[in-house]
Amino acid sequence: MSALTPGFRGGRRTVSDRVPPGQYLTEGFPVLSAGPTPVVDTGEWSFTVVNEVGERVSWDWAAFSRLPHESPTVDIHCVTRWSKLDTTWRGVSVDTLLAEVATAADFAVVHSVDGYTANVPLQDLTDGQAWVVTGYEGAPLAAEHGGPARFLVPHLYFWKSAKWVSGITLHDEDQPGFWERAGYHDYGDPWLEQRYQSGW
Amino acid sequence: MDHFVDGNALAGSLRQVFRPDITTAEARCAGCGAVRPVADFRVYTAAPGAVARCAACGQVTLQLVQSPGALWLGMSGLSYLRFPPPGR
Amino acid sequence: MTVWQQARLVERLRETDSAVTLVFEPEEWSGHLAGQHADIRLTADDGYQAVRSYSLAGPVEEGRVVFTVQRVLGGEVSTYLCDDLPVGAYVEVRGPVGGWFVWRGTDTRPVMLLAGGSGIVPLQAMVRQRRALGSRVPFRLLYSVRTPEDVIYADELARPEGGVDVAVRYTREAPPGARRAPRRLGLVDLNTHGWPAEFEPMCFVCGPNGFVEAAANMLITLGHDRHRIKTERFG
Ligand SMILES: Cc1cc2nc3c(=O)[nH]c(=O)nc-3n(C[C@H](O)[C@H](O)[C@H](O)COP(=O)(O)OP(=O)(O)OC[C@H]3O[C@@H](n4cnc5c(N)ncnc54)[C@H](O)[C@@H]3O)c2cc1C
Ligand SMILES: [Zn+2]
Repeated sequence: MSALTPGFRGGRRTVSDRVPPGQYLTEGFPVLSAGPTPVVDTGEWSFTVVNEVGERVSWDWAAFSRLPHESPTVDIHCVTRWSKLDTTWRGVSVDTLLAEVATAADFAVVHSVDGYTANVPLQDLTDGQAWVVTGYEGAPLAAEHGGPARFLVPHLYFWKSAKWVSGITLHDEDQPGFWERAGYHDYGDPWLEQRYQSGW
Repeated sequence: MDHFVDGNALAGSLRQVFRPDITTAEARCAGCGAVRPVADFRVYTAAPGAVARCAACGQVTLQLVQSPGALWLGMSGLSYLRFPPPGR
Repeated sequence: MTVWQQARLVERLRETDSAVTLVFEPEEWSGHLAGQHADIRLTADDGYQAVRSYSLAGPVEEGRVVFTVQRVLGGEVSTYLCDDLPVGAYVEVRGPVGGWFVWRGTDTRPVMLLAGGSGIVPLQAMVRQRRALGSRVPFRLLYSVRTPEDVIYADELARPEGGVDVAVRYTREAPPGARRAPRRLGLVDLNTHGWPAEFEPMCFVCGPNGFVEAAANMLITLGHDRHRIKTERFG
């Protein structure tokens, strides 16, 4: 057991009942990065959905912008223990995107332009639970937070909400993503503290 | 400015599991084939785990995640590690 | 196997307004190489932990190890270590670690040290190791720092021993009467105060990310071989 360090609290704030166990509230918006911030030109960006038999649908920036947009206000929970309440985003519901593809798949992998991936069961992406967002708090999404477009699936730990998102692939079987292959939980429910794959 | 440190910074975590000092071993990047000491990796620590990337091509070489139950070391981006003979 | 052990803070010494030297007494410490670091772990009463790396500032003396910590604005661990950790209290340490960014007294090449801000710490450890060994290997230290008030180890740097050249360069505010206007370290500074590439010096570069990137690139521009440039980024 580790010794306590007298008076050390870390950068943590108050706890509320909207904050899952083991999390603390932050007012800022910490930037997490597992690599350099990619420069993504909206002129070259596209979003592609590929179903389990390889059929694909793509939207370029202009076509994506014409899709119906929503402005969800949600709480977000990062596995590095910060949570942020009432964040407002602007983007397209994943329901809208999936309406264009036929699928009987159970699982999805979200892909980023830099090769990052995250796996999510498909049923967690439908019925208004997930978005592809291009705006944050009334402004275009900053590159450090995943702009021009990131994924948003706020009921799971925030690593599932891939930055610099480029598409979704649909699969019959679960395929662990970047962090899920390295010890993080396949599902990642913050209220159940599903942070890690089980240990011993 | 990107926030990363050098592979040196992994020494403490790796020493917990390996007897030789991995940061002085030479590593071959599975992406571009560059052979450089692990200490030359670029290590991003502002993340759920530490992510080491090849300084030449940027490909992920190591991922290190410390959970209460386990230490995970992902090495999918490395084709080999080469150690000097003992005592050098 | 290097594992966590307890270390008691026995002394705290002010270096500058924003940097302190902390002397710890670990349970056991058999020694280390100049340039190595240790990880320090802090634990809050609810179990929350934070780990950061800190360079060993000099050779171990009577079982005591020395760190110098620069306060980073809003920094979780550095502000606690600089302002709050009371003498007599314990932290956990893991080390020494890192066998790459080290100077061994057995290497006889000239040594060039390029420090930015708190990056002076492991480089001064090499100077101190040289002193402890009575080594004659020629050293040049080029230290880039914001203002004269930010110079860590100022007294020691003002009186270097024979064979150690020290030059301090200011980026924001120079001392009164200085001929060089404050600015970032440039090729001219490296040309004037560094070793020529033909001497094939070992180059150690340490400090914040941007500084290390810029300084290492300048060394390459000046013809230094990539294999003789070792870097340690503080983040
Ligand atoms: C191998 C190694 C050796 C090191 N040796 C020393 C040493 O001898 N002395 C020393 O003071 N530090 C040293 N550092 C840096 C140290 O490990 C911490 O990163 C630093 O103290 C900041 O930690 P923090 O918890 O206070 O800040 P955090 O809470 O982690 O960060 C707060 C904010 O400051 C930024 N930040 C983080 N680090 C720095 C930095 N170094 N400079 C400017 N901004 C930063 C972050 O991006 C963040 O926005 C070393 C780092 C490494 C990898
Ligand atoms: Zn590579």
